[in-house]
Amino acid sequence: MQVKDAAMSPEHRAYLRSLRRKRRNIAAARVLLLVALLLLWEVGANLGWVNPFITSQPSGIVRTIANLYRDGELFRHIGVTVYETVVGFTLGTLLGTAIAVVLWWWEGLAKVLEPYLVVLNSLPKISLGPIIIVWIGSGSAAIIVMALLVSVVVTILGVYSGFAQVHPDRIKLLRSFGASKGQILLKAILPGSIPTVVSALKINVGLSWVGVIVGEFLVSKAGLGYLAVYGGQVFRLNLVMTSVIILAIAAALMYQAVVFLEKLFTRWQQ
Amino acid sequence: MGVPLVQVRDIAMKYHSPEGEILALDGVTLDVDKGDFISVVGPSGCGKSTLLNIIAGLVRPTRGVVTIDGRPVEGVSSLVGYMPQTDQLFEWRTVWKNAILGLEVQNKLTAEKKEFVQSLLARYGLWEFRNAFPRQLSGGMRQRAALIRTLATDPQILLLDEAFSALDYQTRLVVSDEVKDIIVQERKTAILVTHDIAEAISMADKVAVLTRRPGRIKAVHDIVLTCAERTPIKCREAPEFRDYFNAIWKELDIHAG
Ligand SMILES: Nc1ncnc2c1ncn2[C@@H]1O[C@H](COP(=O)(O)OP(=O)(O)OP(=O)(O)O)[C@@H](O)[C@H]1O
Ligand SMILES: [Mg+2]
Repeated sequence: MQVKDAAMSPEHRAYLRSLRRKRRNIAAARVLLLVALLLLWEVGANLGWVNPFITSQPSGIVRTIANLYRDGELFRHIGVTVYETVVGFTLGTLLGTAIAVVLWWWEGLAKVLEPYLVVLNSLPKISLGPIIIVWIGSGSAAIIVMALLVSVVVTILGVYSGFAQVHPDRIKLLRSFGASKGQILLKAILPGSIPTVVSALKINVGLSWVGVIVGEFLVSKAGLGYLAVYGGQVFRLNLVMTSVIILAIAAALMYQAVVFLEKLFTRWQQ
Repeated sequence: MGVPLVQVRDIAMKYHSPEGEILALDGVTLDVDKGDFISVVGPSGCGKSTLLNIIAGLVRPTRGVVTIDGRPVEGVSSLVGYMPQTDQLFEWRTVWKNAILGLEVQNKLTAEKKEFVQSLLARYGLWEFRNAFPRQLSGGMRQRAALIRTLATDPQILLLDEAFSALDYQTRLVVSDEVKDIIVQERKTAILVTHDIAEAISMADKVAVLTRRPGRIKAVHDIVLTCAERTPIKCREAPEFRDYFNAIWKELDIHAG
């Protein structure tokens, strides 16, 4: 705040008060909406408006979570999926950035590979699933490769075009100091591209979840995707809903973590 | 004064692209004495940046030679400090880290050099801002920081490519005063490229006028201004200023028309 309380005009104070009130109302409405939906769902299921066998119900979901927790299964499944996702998008981002560096270094190679990258980028990577299973098997490794594949091509293209945006004057300046190509990479290109890499990371988090869940649908004996598919097969909708809800929470938390990371890496922008 | 510090001899530069070839410079010859401040003016696209790049050793000319201190230029040299058209401070580096960039690249970051950079920052009012990031600085401070970054490696000759073109008019006047003052205090030789005639006259001891592309030297004016304080802003009020301005204006106009 720039204006001290004492120096504040009554209008400004009223404005701030109404601003705070608005914010409070919005927060309250959000909570109310959630509670109302859950209540409606629960009551509707109990009174037979909807069939809980097909739609599941909140109390059932809570029970399922408690059971999973008691059996020690809850955190095992969460852990497996989160692990695969984190490893997947981290590797996807690192590998994508590394390949972008290689392409920057050998411009000719970039020119040669350009059409292939464009085709790979438009290919739905999920369709590679069967190939990956044949090549790598049906363990965690296959799922991680899946998550990596979904994000790696997008990362290469995004980061490479970020490299190309570095101002030519900047490179000229470094060259005038006698900088080598490696120094130009380390001093200007890479640090200057950190915002691009981090925003690639943000996109990759979402993509990797897709890769991991589809991977778990296809193979795997553990994880939230596995739970959802298994629940569907044995018609335990409580289990399906439980994994979807946990997934939603985990994905949102991970996204926030990446946003925090972004702030950390781009402090000089504030 | 003996042999000029910088000798530009019959420089020509041809660029090739799929659309065709462009003769940017054709036979530029120019001498710059030690301690001189020379401005090069010319219409836009006449090859001013190309000329600076060649003197800096960043680009090889198609024809001709540049010698510095008697030795032909064959690549970049620590005798020359180059300032591009935009200040190009690295946003993620503090003022201090920006100032020592060149020393870092050249692996010369000794305690002695650090002390030298510290004294430059202190002398030119940036010491308190050593831990600030570029975006926290005003346009003028950014320009000074960029100049100190160039001075840090202690070059003899400064090459300034439209160094003030990114600034608004008022800042530009103040900054050209500051930069000129720093260059004089540090006893550097300077070549400033610009298309602003008034800026060229007010800052320099000599103004070289380039023709339209392909660039060639049309005339070189020795600037003698009678003003109490020899600062670029004050010099603009000198009685001779107008005459130089008109003469150069005419020279540019003939070939731009
Ligand atoms: N790398 C390049 N490849 C091809 N043509 C180029 C290249 N660099 C410059 N040119 C051309 O050479 C000519 C001179 O360019 P230069 O940048 O030296 O002019 P300038 O006087 O500095 O222009 P400005 O006033 O716009 O800064 C221009 O026509 C430009 O298009
Ligand atoms: Mg130019």
